[in-house]
Amino acid sequence: MPVTVKIPVPLQRLTQGKEEVEGEPGTVISLIKSLDQKYPGLAERISEGDKLRRFVNIYVNEEDVRFKENEETKVKDGDEVSIVPAIAGGL
Amino acid sequence: MGFVRGLKCRECGREYSVDPIYVCEFCFGPLEVVYDYEGIKGILTREKIVSRPQNLWRYKELLPIDGEPTSGLHSGFTPLVRADKLAAHLGMKRLYIKDDTVTHPTLSFKDRVVAVALSKAREFGFNTVACASTGNLAHSVSAHGAAGGFKRFIFIPASLEKSKIIASLVYEPNLIAVEGNYDEVNRLCSEVANKYKWAFVNINIRPFYAEGSKTQGYEIVEQLGWRAPDVVVVPCASGSLLTKIWKSFKEMKEISLINDLNTKVFSAQATGCSPIVAAIKEGVDVIRPVKPDTIAKSLAIGNPADGYYATQVVKESGGYGADVSDEEIIDAIKLLARTEGIFGETAGGVTLASAIRLIESGHIDRDAVTVLCITGNGLKTKEAVEGHTGEPYHINPNLKSFEEALEKINSK
Repeated sequence: MPVTVKIPVPLQRLTQGKEEVEGEPGTVISLIKSLDQKYPGLAERISEGDKLRRFVNIYVNEEDVRFKENEETKVKDGDEVSIVPAIAGGL
Repeated sequence: MGFVRGLKCRECGREYSVDPIYVCEFCFGPLEVVYDYEGIKGILTREKIVSRPQNLWRYKELLPIDGEPTSGLHSGFTPLVRADKLAAHLGMKRLYIKDDTVTHPTLSFKDRVVAVALSKAREFGFNTVACASTGNLAHSVSAHGAAGGFKRFIFIPASLEKSKIIASLVYEPNLIAVEGNYDEVNRLCSEVANKYKWAFVNINIRPFYAEGSKTQGYEIVEQLGWRAPDVVVVPCASGSLLTKIWKSFKEMKEISLINDLNTKVFSAQATGCSPIVAAIKEGVDVIRPVKPDTIAKSLAIGNPADGYYATQVVKESGGYGADVSDEEIIDAIKLLARTEGIFGETAGGVTLASAIRLIESGHIDRDAVTVLCITGNGLKTKEAVEGHTGEPYHINPNLKSFEEALEKINSK
């Protein structure tokens, strides 16, 4: 089972409208780079160099990667990765 | 027609037309409403504002709708209370409470943002409105949505206080209680919002919704006699209110409703959830998310979307931040009630307790014209002070029993 990656609406134009794509295990940043091969432009939108952009939240199996090892968080076969823009709420 | 020119990414500056979108397709930065201030300047005068009904729509040229408002026609214009007893207690000269505990109709400042969000949702043609909420927003969307005839989906963390759940259910929305904290509810909602074409007030309507917070700032300036305060203390969850209050002051200067702006903006958070204040204190731009643990549930956002911008406002204005314990929050709620007769919710306790810290540490000058933003009503979070108040005197229905109690009271 590959890694499942959930794609938010603002990026679905790059994935030909697909809400979910498959990726290769490794780290969050290597996953993004490998997805960029298949869906050019994706990496540039969510990362800058080897860092995630400020307003991008990435969750591995529902856990925010900032509570793990950020870009270096491991992803393995069967994991689910969500890319979510930061959203407002509260005061 | 209104004065909105479009939407613009706060990060990379790319421009977009007015649509229910909230994030830059290029860099994921948040989108912000851009206005034609030159056009507004000639039209919106002090005289015109004063001549209008006392609700938040008196500043409608500075709000992101095209036509006439259709929601929240009685929301806003809450009292700015001169708090002399509290000021004396704190050794302050001119202290004011912006009292949003009495905002129509659901007793929190959220009625401001929802008034704008639902007016805009109607302009976009939506018939279903939705939100992710820690409580106050749920009440407000439930109520305004009921009045506006919208279908409503309200997502809350299942752990929310029972009184807050009932205060939503009474308006008969579809209330979805999610097993998870607010940040998890938010993440789920962004997935739901992807799939269902609803007006999620704090997701795809967010650029418009957030503008409603500015009305608190406009009112403060008008009620102070057309001047910005020296100091404003604002509770922070996502950081949105703080950035919008600053924006409101700047806009009023931009369109010449005020001449000077020297306000220092201070951020207030609970220690159990203080990612913004932590960044301010450390002098860094990076917000490290936290897992919230505080009685101030309306502020319990561990991953604040506008946290970065809030730290920039604090820096730009020369303010600072403070974070306070649950015990200080409860003491401050009681102090505000005892001195000014205002019962604020836990976020109000956070604001006052943080202000006390900042006064004691010298960050807030005792001579400064200071406004504390009290954003919600204490009746919504009664649980927080349960067991921390006094007890009634129990007596029998006769004068003798009463006078025995009176003796006890007098001897206290």
